[in-house]
Amino acid sequence: MRTAIRDYGDRALLIEFGSTADVLAFADAVRDARLPGVTDVVPGARTVLLHLSEPNGQASVRAALAALHVSRRSALPEAGQVDLVIDVIYDGADLAEVADRVGMDVDRVVQAHTGTPWRVGFGGFAPGFAYLVGGDPRLVVPRRSEPRTRVPAGSVGLAGEFSGVYPRESPGGWQLIGRTEAVLWDIARPQPALLAPGMWVRFRSAATS
Amino acid sequence: MIALEVLGCGPLALVQDLGRPGLAAVGVSHSGAADRRSHELANRLLANPVDHATLEISMGGFAARVHGGAVDIAVTGADAHPAADGIPFGINSIHHIRDGQIVSMGLPDAGLRSYVGVRGGIAVPPVLGSRSFDTMSGIGPRPLRPGDIVPIGAPAEAFPAVDQAPVGPISAGQVNLRVIAGPRESWFFDPDALVCTEWTVSEHSDRVGVRLAGAPLRHRWPERQLPSEGATRGAIQVPPNGQPVILGPDHPVTGGYPVIGVVIDADTDKLAQLRPGQPVRLRWNRPRIAAATPAGW
Repeated sequence: MRTAIRDYGDRALLIEFGSTADVLAFADAVRDARLPGVTDVVPGARTVLLHLSEPNGQASVRAALAALHVSRRSALPEAGQVDLVIDVIYDGADLAEVADRVGMDVDRVVQAHTGTPWRVGFGGFAPGFAYLVGGDPRLVVPRRSEPRTRVPAGSVGLAGEFSGVYPRESPGGWQLIGRTEAVLWDIARPQPALLAPGMWVRFRSAATS
Repeated sequence: MIALEVLGCGPLALVQDLGRPGLAAVGVSHSGAADRRSHELANRLLANPVDHATLEISMGGFAARVHGGAVDIAVTGADAHPAADGIPFGINSIHHIRDGQIVSMGLPDAGLRSYVGVRGGIAVPPVLGSRSFDTMSGIGPRPLRPGDIVPIGAPAEAFPAVDQAPVGPISAGQVNLRVIAGPRESWFFDPDALVCTEWTVSEHSDRVGVRLAGAPLRHRWPERQLPSEGATRGAIQVPPNGQPVILGPDHPVTGGYPVIGVVIDADTDKLAQLRPGQPVRLRWNRPRIAAATPAGW
């Protein structure tokens, strides 16, 4: 499952995996183990980066990782057993183009996006933004060749194998298929991010308001 | 309550402490003082805990009046010629400022960022456990403006033990940074070009990253896309144009450009003091070898 571990400078380690599911299982295990000397666990698409509390502490963390038990409890949830349902109005500016690209009609794209649960893979880009993985494999589309200078908060998009929701207004190059009222990031909440790595999410089509 | 009334800010005046570790998985950068050593020195001189907030002043120009009582302050980092009511006092030392006096700074001769520590610390409310302003995400107390009233906290029980610290001057000339190769040096035709090139700090440098200009590094597979992976301060990302970006405290938590090497932690504080146009040389900190351990370790 893990394919390599690399020094990342003198204060971090980068561990490589074959899939995002392996990344999430390992990131869970490292967090649960509360390894001494590890201050941050950063999942990526195929990697987990560990920030260390001191420079040159890599050898002891490598030793601790060798003894780490990683359970594979990341199988698909049972039907309906997702952590969160996000209501989406599917009227995105790129919906027709996405349908064209994947060779389906618009209704089928919506069915595909809502029909399979997604898993929160990793963060980046902005606080509260999550790359969602594991959706319908037919929904793979490239980023827009011309990124938009302004994408409204709550926009639901696709890029590559990922889906995501813009937590706030920002520039962006994802193909927009819909929008949601869900608040992805609220600094006043005890957990500001709605989506945390490893969570299962299902999108649900909401009537146009 | 003792407070500073901000009278002048220069180009950028921020509140910073040691940042927000542990939140990268939800997209929040570490942030914190760019030159941690100078920030911590200011606190140590004042007998503050090292994670008390200080003011991070870029290119001097800061001025403030003390209200509500006398305070001890210490200025560290770039020497922007601090003065109290116009009378100069030295950096890396404690200075007693009376109620109503004005602390002011000019332009530093070398270096970029000065740190103003106050005994008791800058006591603005923390956000997600830190008083640092993250310039990329906008989290934390916004940049200071003239007219702001900045509260000062209660002093610690410990008293300052020394009134001056010996600190080497900040270089205005070539700066050497030690780098550990990888994790993605194999993505480049000639990784050693990184340490053979004379780089210059670009004017498009900030707390997100220091951009270097020089002979472009050549990607081995220009069409290949690296899946996004986590990053740290000091990571040297190389975008398609071949001009390296050394990530700073407010860097994005993940990125898709290959990292050719990472500046060792102790040298990342020097990044905070680089000015546009300054020459930079990078050196491998240990012999460059294939870094990956086979599966099973």
